[in-house]
Amino acid sequence: MVLYSLTFYLFSSVAVLSALMVISAKNPVHSVLFLILSFVNASGLFVLLGAEFLAMILVVVYVGAVAVLFLFVVMMLDINFVKLREGFLQYLPFGALLGIVLVIELGILFLTDRSSNIYNNQTPLQPIVNEVENTKMIGQILYTEYFYLFQICGIILLVAMIGSITLTLRDKGGVKRQNIVSQNTVDASTAIEKKKVKIGEGI
Amino acid sequence: MNYDILITGLIIVAQILAVVVPVLISVAFLVYAERKVLALIQLRRGPNIVGPFGILQSFADALKLITKENIIPSGSNKIVFILAPIITMVLSLAGWAVIPFAPGWVVSDINVGIMYLFAVSSLGVYGIIMAGWASNSQYPFLGALRSAAQMVSYEVSIGFVIITVLLCVGSLNLSKIVLAQQTVWFAIPLLPMFIIFFISALAETNRLPFDLPEDESTLVAGFFTEYSSASFVLFFLGEYASMILMSSMTVILFLGGWLPPFDVYPLNVVPGVIWFTMKVIFILFLFIWVRGTFPRYRYDQLMRLGWKVFLPFSLFWVVATSGFLVYFDMLPN
Repeated sequence: MVLYSLTFYLFSSVAVLSALMVISAKNPVHSVLFLILSFVNASGLFVLLGAEFLAMILVVVYVGAVAVLFLFVVMMLDINFVKLREGFLQYLPFGALLGIVLVIELGILFLTDRSSNIYNNQTPLQPIVNEVENTKMIGQILYTEYFYLFQICGIILLVAMIGSITLTLRDKGGVKRQNIVSQNTVDASTAIEKKKVKIGEGI
Repeated sequence: MNYDILITGLIIVAQILAVVVPVLISVAFLVYAERKVLALIQLRRGPNIVGPFGILQSFADALKLITKENIIPSGSNKIVFILAPIITMVLSLAGWAVIPFAPGWVVSDINVGIMYLFAVSSLGVYGIIMAGWASNSQYPFLGALRSAAQMVSYEVSIGFVIITVLLCVGSLNLSKIVLAQQTVWFAIPLLPMFIIFFISALAETNRLPFDLPEDESTLVAGFFTEYSSASFVLFFLGEYASMILMSSMTVILFLGGWLPPFDVYPLNVVPGVIWFTMKVIFILFLFIWVRGTFPRYRYDQLMRLGWKVFLPFSLFWVVATSGFLVYFDMLPN
């Protein structure tokens, strides 16, 4: 039990601190690295909640694929930090407004909803031990009750994928491409041409 | 009450050591075995000076490397530069937490074991990217970019191969995956997937013929060009430990883990851990054999193989396997 709370506080404090570092780090690559740290800690919290499938999916999808591409792009871009900080005061009121609205909303949520079960229930969050693994539970709900929504998600992803491919696909003329099949079927008779060269003339 | 926590903690540490120490020792012998096998392939003698048959060569090399000066380039990003090899090493050891060596011989028998392994192996790319970026030098950076694209590409086909196996098992738990192979190892009905997984594992661990990130003939030493001494040792250990990890993953998914080939008298008295080790050694031998045999791929050929050959084929095989299982009503539970 003590171990459980200790790990909870470890994961959550590191997650919050690294989220802070994401917006305050000077170097954008450091920002992305802190973002990754934050993701990993969030997945640790999922494990503590007993949602191990979600935790692993978070690591595989966000950390293993999305953040790699983030890092890739940020490393390749030549970012001018001075220019980025120029508009800071200009955007400050707008950003502050957004932040205040979020804080107020969170406050309302916590202050008004005291009557509901979730907040009165003082038992600590513990993994729910069931006979059924939660991977199976997710599958049983996702492919039955939410089947159509799930399909729509797939279609949205497909559309996004086709969109990004059409945006980036440029057929430049004059690019030499290899035909792997024709290259693999090359043998001596097609590759070598024998010529008789006369002395003093050349080909 | 406090003693309970202490004892639990001590047991956990003891379990971790019981797995990590043999892994590190086997890394040393794997390096020796690789040099010996390559030497045999190339008709040389290989290491034969340090110890009987040169068997202590790796330990001598490690000692030599660690006692050298650790050089940190002045233009590098120091914290990330030092973190990169540590991350590589830690990730290559983290995966061992879920590997079942024999029935019940596992540090943590979690429900999503295979997802955990997949997650850990997909994180391996960070050590390389961070090393390449933090070195602040052209060759390491090129190596890092190559490895980022390469590992993301081959993870896709590894994911599909894992899905195919999971369709036949009905669980993500590694011990259950092994037990599902009691009648037949998955390498036989899913032979094409086994081959794809093996080749993708070569690409995922940056081994020849896919070692483009450290391509010594064009990139000096790729992402670890700037590394020396102990930090280089960490990269080296990390690479070989993840090679053994990927071999164990192959054995668990396709070669029946700790199970004997046939459940008959003289074979089934041999302890499971011996079968497991023998199979892992076989796969590791294949890794070394491939290294000694094939030339390095060109980068565009590597990408073509990953995206245009393996991805469509493994996707087709997922559909075919699930179709077969549904049609013959063979889906597990």
